[in-house]
Amino acid sequence: METTAFQKIHTKIDQITKATCTLRATGVGNEEMATVNNRLAQVVKINGDLVTLQIFSGTEGIPTNAEVIFKGHAPQLRVGEELSGRFFNAYGDPIDGGSEIDGQLIEIGGPSVNPVRRKQPSELIATGIAGIDLNNTLVTGQKIPFFADPDQPYNEVMAMVALRAKADKIILGGMGITNDDYLFFKNTFENAGALDRIISFVNTTEDPPVERLLVPDMALTAAEYFAGKNQNVLVLLTDMTLYADALSIVSNRMDQIPSKDSMPGSLYSDLAKLYEKAVQFPDGGSITIIAVTTLSGGDITHAIPDNTGYITEGQLFLRKDTDIGKVIIDPFRSLSRLKQLVIGKKTREDHPQVMNTAIRLYADAANAKTKIENGFDLTDYDKRTMSFAKEYSEKLLAIDINIEIELMIDTGWDLFNKYFSVTEIGIKSELVEKYGKQKNN
Amino acid sequence: MSTKGKVVGIISNLVTVAVDGPVMQNEICFINMSDVKLMAEIIRIGDNNAYVQVFESTRGLKIGTEVEFTGHMLEATLGPGILSKNFDGLQHDLDKMEGVFLKKGDYTPALEDDKLWGFTPLAKPGDKVISGSWLGEVIENWIPHKIMVPFSFEGAFTVKEISAKGEYKINDTICVVTNNENKEFNVSMVQKWPVKIPIKSFKEKPRPFRFMETGIRVIDSLNPIVEGGTGFIPGPFGTGKTVLQHALSKQAEADMIIVAACGERANEVVEIFAEFPEIVDPRTGRKLMERTTIIANTSNMPVAARAASVYTAMTIAEYYRSMGLKILLLADSTSRWAQALREMSNRMEELPGPDAFPMDLPAIISNFYARAGYVILNNSETGSVTFIGTVSPAGGNLKEPVTESTKKAARCFYALSQNRADSKRYPAIEAVDSYSKYIEYPEFIEYMKDNISPNWVNNILLAKNILTRGREAYEQINILGDDGVPIDYHQVLWKSEVIDFVILQQDAFDKVDASTSIKRQDYMMNKVLEICNTQFKFDSFEEVNPYYKKLINVFKQMNYSEFHSDKFKQFEKELQTVIEEKVVV
Ligand SMILES: Nc1ncnc2c1ncn2[C@@H]1O[C@H](COP(=O)(O)OP(=O)(O)OP(=O)(O)O)[C@@H](O)[C@H]1O
Ligand SMILES: [Mg+2]
Repeated sequence: METTAFQKIHTKIDQITKATCTLRATGVGNEEMATVNNRLAQVVKINGDLVTLQIFSGTEGIPTNAEVIFKGHAPQLRVGEELSGRFFNAYGDPIDGGSEIDGQLIEIGGPSVNPVRRKQPSELIATGIAGIDLNNTLVTGQKIPFFADPDQPYNEVMAMVALRAKADKIILGGMGITNDDYLFFKNTFENAGALDRIISFVNTTEDPPVERLLVPDMALTAAEYFAGKNQNVLVLLTDMTLYADALSIVSNRMDQIPSKDSMPGSLYSDLAKLYEKAVQFPDGGSITIIAVTTLSGGDITHAIPDNTGYITEGQLFLRKDTDIGKVIIDPFRSLSRLKQLVIGKKTREDHPQVMNTAIRLYADAANAKTKIENGFDLTDYDKRTMSFAKEYSEKLLAIDINIEIELMIDTGWDLFNKYFSVTEIGIKSELVEKYGKQKNN
Repeated sequence: MSTKGKVVGIISNLVTVAVDGPVMQNEICFINMSDVKLMAEIIRIGDNNAYVQVFESTRGLKIGTEVEFTGHMLEATLGPGILSKNFDGLQHDLDKMEGVFLKKGDYTPALEDDKLWGFTPLAKPGDKVISGSWLGEVIENWIPHKIMVPFSFEGAFTVKEISAKGEYKINDTICVVTNNENKEFNVSMVQKWPVKIPIKSFKEKPRPFRFMETGIRVIDSLNPIVEGGTGFIPGPFGTGKTVLQHALSKQAEADMIIVAACGERANEVVEIFAEFPEIVDPRTGRKLMERTTIIANTSNMPVAARAASVYTAMTIAEYYRSMGLKILLLADSTSRWAQALREMSNRMEELPGPDAFPMDLPAIISNFYARAGYVILNNSETGSVTFIGTVSPAGGNLKEPVTESTKKAARCFYALSQNRADSKRYPAIEAVDSYSKYIEYPEFIEYMKDNISPNWVNNILLAKNILTRGREAYEQINILGDDGVPIDYHQVLWKSEVIDFVILQQDAFDKVDASTSIKRQDYMMNKVLEICNTQFKFDSFEEVNPYYKKLINVFKQMNYSEFHSDKFKQFEKELQTVIEEKVVV
């Protein structure tokens, strides 16, 4: 071990670009933190004795004789019970005027969980929103983003889900969110009396964009600390699109060859490293990640949502339904991959079939709509599917629903009975006997 | 002795090492950090420098750190004990690692040095042998695991001594062979083989032709694959690639399944860890895990090891094939492997090909698929490696380098469609666009006639034709309107829907429907084609849709019932009644 008693101060920078500076130094470790005239920086490249540092807040005004001090360690966070209820910036420094945390220092972006030590997620997270609980059931240890255009109320929905989820801790990682959004989260959690369960790491639009790159790892490191104490932790990451944008800024400034949509070729791995921190630990703790990926004009083929979709365990797609004038969780593009671990097992056995049938009928309604657009007459069946779709949307898909799962399933049956015959719904006859008939007839 | 070097440059996991002696391309080295050794592979050499990709995070690594070269490439360790294991991409045993989190440099051995295996000799002194010849066998779970002359032995040998039946450890010498200069070589039960080099210890590699049953109707009944065949499953995210591969791993008729989880979600592997030790394989009555080996290099594990993982898996598959076994190798997803190659190639500032992938990507992919196949071993026994990989096309667009390169290499194409997935028509394989080249092989057609069913291939063509016509009718109806086309068009459409709902769609999560036996598939296909050949009479197009829905509903109830059970027969009767309502006599 080298001594840290004396820290060598370098004062000669050879080269400065928009985001980085390069100087001669020895004994420096890869990914080590440093300060350049008190601005935080990290080692991103070493070539012989030439060390390249990425300066998080940018290089504006950095002189060639700036003071560079290497810290001898990768980025760290102090963790401890006192994190609860506190607000921090991207570096893990308090921004709420409170005292410094004095806990144990750990490096962020630490190792992955050995896959054979993971447990299979199995605890249902009830949110009261049928578009989620009925159609896209969430499970602890899952990772799932909202896909939404910037004008959708994704932060509101996410805050609501977080509060209803009964997590031991909620950790907010805000990246490039507006100050208004930051205050919205703060107030919402405060009003719900949940502030003592919340920890926030926030980079707002007022902060330098590259700083955002630290936020998810800060949030997830704190999450690992609490999950390690057998708590169920919910991590909210908003907005991951802005996080990815920061990645592309950095890779662009480092002259890397961009792949699709000017994103770095490593985007998939970069995002996966974060999302895969979602886990069900063997001793009971868990980390669940709910994120936001904003879209541009609903385009999910853009590299950011596309890579996200390949990593996460489904996605919740927010869309305004013009028929009912409300925001719904779109049953077509939304998916929870882990739902089959709980539906029909932790919930009533007819849940899967009711869910699938309703969505299929909703799809038939969409076809009927296309017919109208093409100027064709509707059959009786078409008309019934359209009435069904409207009521389904109102009673089950809208995000302002807050009911128990059984009632969601029963509502499904009610709608089937109201608009369709048994043969049209095509559900296993035992289930129709057992659950489909009681209510009506 | 072995070459040494010092770290002179670091960019992410690409490290430049100044070397003091000879090194070889793809040689493995270890970087000696103060507390751990990091494994790395040479990927380029120039100016007395070796450029190595480190299979770990290089956080904290410093200039001047010492590097030791091993003199060999990345190797798989081959011997009894591979079955039922969970390895990482470099074949380290994940279960032997301590703690919940993976630790850098925690390289656990693949096999157990002190476990005793019951060995039975198959060769005797005086036997002439070559690489791959069976010297003896041990029973591994239930597979007779052959102990072979190492694949690295070149030329002809004679067995000098062979151990008697008894219990031995993998490193014990169980056989001594001599070459034609009378030099002696010891053979143990374990050998090493470089993963990037195909194992070629077989006599012949004929075209594969033996049908491999999967229990998945849209594959078996429409796009069948063969033992030793190749296939790939491209599809946008969430369309069912992994569910399909898991179904294959549970149901496919193979002696051994190797699942390479290559850069995908850890929870998906956990699902296998959780289920396979419980599920009983109906064919053997044993737990699925007993025939399965998992290579898990999930997306959060080191990227360089991800690229290695598919080679490790393939090498293990080839090893077991040499024992005369039928191996099914599944890789999810080969796009992640290609992306890992892209990340390294970009870091080395190579001239990029399309979408920034390396220029030689098509060659890399086709060489890999070429390692699958049906082989006749030197002792005239046969073995096979069937390989099915998933592809995750960027933006769901099939015109991208990985999909296009794979399409040239694989013989079966199982295209998953977003539309079908959106409307929950699972498995979402687009049956018309998908294909199996094997149905064109005369030897396959012959095999099906003799062993499975006389009409199998013919029925495939009939069903595909009906599906294609159904699609055309659908387009016409969309253009001209329901009443703008003859009623017949509606019938054509709905007949194709019967095939879709009854044969193509299959509920992977229903106990009965999940897997369909070949007998049952044949029975149902004939039944459905019979309906398609029946003339029904309708007075208006509005009667068509409800009638066929009724038909489909009864069929689906049949699909959910045990084959030939009372319930099945009862629904079959009901079907007859429904048919009689509208049939033209
Ligand atoms: N055969 C099936 N039966 C029922 N549901 C299915 C079937 N196939 C897929 N699904 C549904 O679709 C979801 C996504 O499937 P899967 O995980 O296999 O997608 P994928 O193509 O592997 O996606 P990715 O590329 O993101 O890994 C599943 O979680 C399940 O809900
Ligand atoms: Mg998948």
